[in-house]
Parts: sequence; structure tokens; C-alpha cells
Amino acid sequence: MHAAVVVFPGSNCDRDMKVAFENAGAKVTMVWHKDTDLPKGVDVVGIPGGFSFGDYLRCGAIAANSPICQSVKAHADRGGYALGICNGFQVLTETGMLPGVLLRNSGLKYVCKALDLKVETSNSAFTSGYNAGTTITIPIAHHDGNYFADDDTLKALNDNERVAFRYVENPNGSQQDIAGILSQNRRVLGMMPHPERMAEPIHGNTEGATLFASLVGQLADA
Amino acid sequence: MKARVHVMLKNGVLDPQGEAVRHALGQLGFDGVEGVRQGKVIELELTETDAAKAEETVTAMCEKLLANTVIESYSVEIA
Repeated sequence: MHAAVVVFPGSNCDRDMKVAFENAGAKVTMVWHKDTDLPKGVDVVGIPGGFSFGDYLRCGAIAANSPICQSVKAHADRGGYALGICNGFQVLTETGMLPGVLLRNSGLKYVCKALDLKVETSNSAFTSGYNAGTTITIPIAHHDGNYFADDDTLKALNDNERVAFRYVENPNGSQQDIAGILSQNRRVLGMMPHPERMAEPIHGNTEGATLFASLVGQLADA
Repeated sequence: MKARVHVMLKNGVLDPQGEAVRHALGQLGFDGVEGVRQGKVIELELTETDAAKAEETVTAMCEKLLANTVIESYSVEIA
């Protein structure tokens, strides 16, 4: 299983994501935002957290228009997998690969703390290692994680079980407590919480590692 | 040729920053502010000399990058 992790100027969770993929057994190649092509044979692309391009204009907007993102889009259009965490989720919404947008937190403050998340579906390569309905503890660290989408989009997400995670206690004003969503083909996941920061015993728990293990396990079997 | 783009959150999208500004104005004693919406103004210097073409190009810029039309509306002024 081969993962590529995209690095933008201002990414700061790229190496954590690499370690989490490697610990799950994946081979990882780091890819620079100016690269035009993903390495051959990449199964999953990781878009890491951070503050790409200083969050200028809108979070993720400049990154979404970078050369590598054209290839990431093409990869997803071919049925490839992608995982966007935090700023990566913002980038995925800005590219249009996931619906909706992440607005400024309703409390206007940057929030950094470990939170309980409810796993809403185990029907995806990312979440197959969890039982639906389980609560896991994963940290968030963001200023703009307030998920917003129009009513039709929310209905489509709910009707097709595309909400992957919800906050047990809403930290940012997200509609319907949404913390992470899947694409229509369930192969692209965007989430604000950081599973790569709860992936080793020294982090406090390893509930985030389950996500990487499920993904790597499923793609290695495929 | 210059262009000025106004980007605003659409009606119905909560603007927590505007709300905070409204609250702060109230605390400063400015009564009667019923609502505040905060947006962006982007000024562009263009080499284009044809106003119609400039407007067309800037509109394309808004659609592609300057605004996120899921939540924002925009208007283009050519001067």
C-alpha cells in the first residue's frame, strides 16, 4: 500500500501523517505542492493539517488551486482514495471534492483539545475498523472548523450515511455536529479532528491509529 | 485598468465575526446597530484596457478563486 502525503507551504501535520501511515504498514512518499504528478501506483493521498499558504483568502483556497491538487482530483475521479485532515479537509472542500465549507468557529476562538467523536458509519475503508455508534477520543486544533452546507447537501449526506464522525459536544458550531464526511463513492474522507495525533500509546490512546490501520489493511487486501 | 471585487457572505450564512463586531459596537455605546456583516474588498490592477473583457475575466477569477460561491456572493466593479 502506497500513500502520498502532500506538503504545502504552511503544512505542519505532514510528518505526523507520514508516521501514522508508516506505522500502519504503508510506504509513504512526500509530495510537494508544485509537483504536477503523484508518484506512480499511489493508492491514497493524504492532505495534512496546518495553515497552507497562511490561510490567506480562505483556508485551503490557495492550496486547492495548486498544481498537485489537479492530480489529486484526477486521482479521486479515477476512484482513488484521499484523506484530508483539518486544513486538508478545508482543501478538499475548496477543490469541490467534498461538499460544503468550513467557516470560522462560532465562538471565534481557536480550539485545541481532545474531544469525543461518535463514529457514524463503519461502511468505508477509513472507518471499517470501528463499530458504528462507538465513541472515540481524538483531538481537534482549528479556528475554522464550523461545517456549513445547504439543506439539500446535508440531506444527501445523511440519507447516504456519508457523515463519518459527529462531535458528542459541538466545539465550533458545525451544522448537525458534523466532524467528518465521506464523498459519494466513500473513498474521500475529510475530517477536522486529528487521528494522527491519537495514534501511539504516548499520545494518550491509539483510537486514531485504527483509522490508518483500517485504510491500509483494506487497500493492501484489494 | 482597475477592478474592485466585493465578496460577502450570502444571506442565511451565519457571520460570527460580524456578530462579534456588532456586540463590540454595542459595548462602545453605539446603539441601534441591528446587524453587521463583514466581507472583503479585493483590488486588482489589470493590463486589460477593454472594460467588458476585464469584467468577464474578473468574474472568472471570482468563480475560480476569489469567492467560494457555496457561502459567498461577489460583485465586480471596473474603474
